[in-house]
Amino acid sequence: MNKLKLIIRREFYAKVKNKSFIVMTILSPLLMVGLVALIIFLNDKNSEEVRTIAFVDESHEFSTTFADSNTTKYIDLTALGIEEAKIKANEFYYGLLYIPKSDSLSVLSKGIAFYSKDAPSLNLLNSIENKLEKKIRNLKIEQLHIDVSKIKATETVVNIATENFIGEKSSKIGSVLRMAAGGGFGYLIFMFIIIYGTSVMRSVIEEKTSRIIEIIISSVKPFELMLGKIIGNALAGILQFIIWMIIGGAILFTVTLFFGSDAVQSTNAMPITPDVVQQVQETTGNNLQLVLQEIKNLPILTMFFSFIIYFLGGYLIYSSIYAAIGAAVDSETDTQQFMMPVLMPLVIAIYVGFSVIENPHGPIALGFSLFPLTSPIVMLMRIPFGVPWWQIAISMVLLIITFVAIVWFAAKIYRVGILMYGKKPTYKELYKWLKY
Amino acid sequence: MKNILTVENVYKNYGNFTALNNVSIAVPEGSIFGLLGPNGAGKTSLIRIINQITLPDSGHIFLDGEKLKQNHIKDIGYLPEERGLYKSMKVGEQALYLAQLKGMSKIEAKKKLLYWFDKFEIRDWWNKKIQELSKGMAQKVQFIVTVMHEPKLLIFDEPFSGFDPINANLIKDEILKLRDDGASIIFSTHRMESVEEMCDYIALINKSNKILDGKLSDIKHQFKENKFEVGLLSTNKEDLYNQIRSKFSVENSVSNSFNADLRLLVSLKENETSTDLIRFLNSKAQITHFTEIIPSANDIFLKAVATNE
Repeated sequence: MNKLKLIIRREFYAKVKNKSFIVMTILSPLLMVGLVALIIFLNDKNSEEVRTIAFVDESHEFSTTFADSNTTKYIDLTALGIEEAKIKANEFYYGLLYIPKSDSLSVLSKGIAFYSKDAPSLNLLNSIENKLEKKIRNLKIEQLHIDVSKIKATETVVNIATENFIGEKSSKIGSVLRMAAGGGFGYLIFMFIIIYGTSVMRSVIEEKTSRIIEIIISSVKPFELMLGKIIGNALAGILQFIIWMIIGGAILFTVTLFFGSDAVQSTNAMPITPDVVQQVQETTGNNLQLVLQEIKNLPILTMFFSFIIYFLGGYLIYSSIYAAIGAAVDSETDTQQFMMPVLMPLVIAIYVGFSVIENPHGPIALGFSLFPLTSPIVMLMRIPFGVPWWQIAISMVLLIITFVAIVWFAAKIYRVGILMYGKKPTYKELYKWLKY
Repeated sequence: MKNILTVENVYKNYGNFTALNNVSIAVPEGSIFGLLGPNGAGKTSLIRIINQITLPDSGHIFLDGEKLKQNHIKDIGYLPEERGLYKSMKVGEQALYLAQLKGMSKIEAKKKLLYWFDKFEIRDWWNKKIQELSKGMAQKVQFIVTVMHEPKLLIFDEPFSGFDPINANLIKDEILKLRDDGASIIFSTHRMESVEEMCDYIALINKSNKILDGKLSDIKHQFKENKFEVGLLSTNKEDLYNQIRSKFSVENSVSNSFNADLRLLVSLKENETSTDLIRFLNSKAQITHFTEIIPSANDIFLKAVATNE
């Protein structure tokens, strides 16, 4: 046991003291934040550009429909007539909106056209269409002599409150929350396995190429060395993730402190009318409590414990496969052939995971959350939606059995592989190694 | 005499390939034991079994009278042929780590290491990384790491490879000193002159089988062919040569003599003794040279392997 501790400590320090580890640990969150900042900045720049839209309104009904906003200005060119307006708009403005004159509003709405040099932005078109639709609807209501205030009175905002048969309340926000929690955990495991599994493999290859391996295993059992490596790398990984969270949190905190409201608002490039603002406030005001309620409703304890078990199981299974691959080859370039079959189930798990969010209890979801090579990711994505305990139990039992079997196989291949130099082994040879 | 290591009837197969076929050896305490054999004969397989890196399919190994077990790791020091160190780890740190893996405490390991580092005058390497050292320098560190825990049994696989003649000599002297201090040493090499110089006992393995073992001097005795190199001073060399040839079987000697004497290799038959030869020669001419040809380790190696083929 004491030797295992020594190995873990060495592997941990070897990883943590590595320059690229230090650089990655500090730089990654900065890069991420920088990237987000860049996107916000570009978005900002983009929306700072003011577009001027000219319009020719032959019906004379829409002159008040188009109010200037931060990003769009409207100029009435009705007096010039359509042909001349086209020439002028082509020269000076972003585009020209043409509204014909017609007795029938339906005919009129079909005759509306927009001219521009380049294909117009979809957002802009949508916004203009919305405005026109609203206006035409009001005009139609007027034509039909319906009391507008009565119509207003019929408008309601519906937020369907869903509840399952045993009385737990849920909502759309709850579903989003579940997706985020499940997806987040699943993705975390996926990333961790890939990053630190590869790092275990590199470390095995390093020992092989530097030829220290025979000295080490004349002092410790190969299995101890493999285990120490896997645990040491995992600890380094956990440390890195914690540092990332701290740095990320600190940066996020600073950013919101200084540019907070500004940054948040500028991402909302759409013009915000007071009407919309009020509506948004109303819903979020109501929903804040709902969100808290939903968080309380999540099976947090189950999620936490299953995260730990699936994280350990998944990481140990995959990293011991990685260790075996590292032992089987002489250099990293030779690993490709063996990496594919390892990456496949992981990638499939992530894809399946996203469809699981749509249908958390379907047969695909069930199957992949029981299959041990994908269950750490898929089951974690399902758990927030509520999974019967017996499914979790079966999945965990399968996971543990597979874990023991794979570690056993990997240790055998590892034990033989670390002392083999030269030719890259075939699968058939790997099978033979199991019997040595 | 007590044996530090006994290997009894060891078999080891890798798939269909037999690496060791019923191999038994006994290493006497306080001796240097040469483990010899052509490439791929099974030496490394045997050494790995002694180091408990792999297990034998069958057979028994005893270290100092006890059945080999995990706890014996600290009693064995092993310098493999394929050796290296962590390239980006500092020399001192690395040596401490390897010493602790062998079961030494950190304090004890540091004391021992400083002793050896001073002895080899490499104390200022302590904080250097292995990748900053030359191959020979790294080998020195490797040697220290092998011996520092003062094991009962030391196994050196090609210990001189990578050393210049000066440092090879230094290492050789250290190995002999370790033997004199009571350690037993298994020594595997292809350099026959060092076998000649250093080994007390040898075992020869060829194609997975042990074909020869014992005390080097006994084996030499066993392999000598009753051949003598003689030098004779005579005015009429041709006549003398013919006279000797009529009585004994003679080859021309390869070595050139200092004075212009006649040099011959004479092989005696079983019923003839060296006394007969001396008496005969003495009656014919003045003897300037008379040596029995003792086969070198190299000759024995080649001959034994050739007979085994």
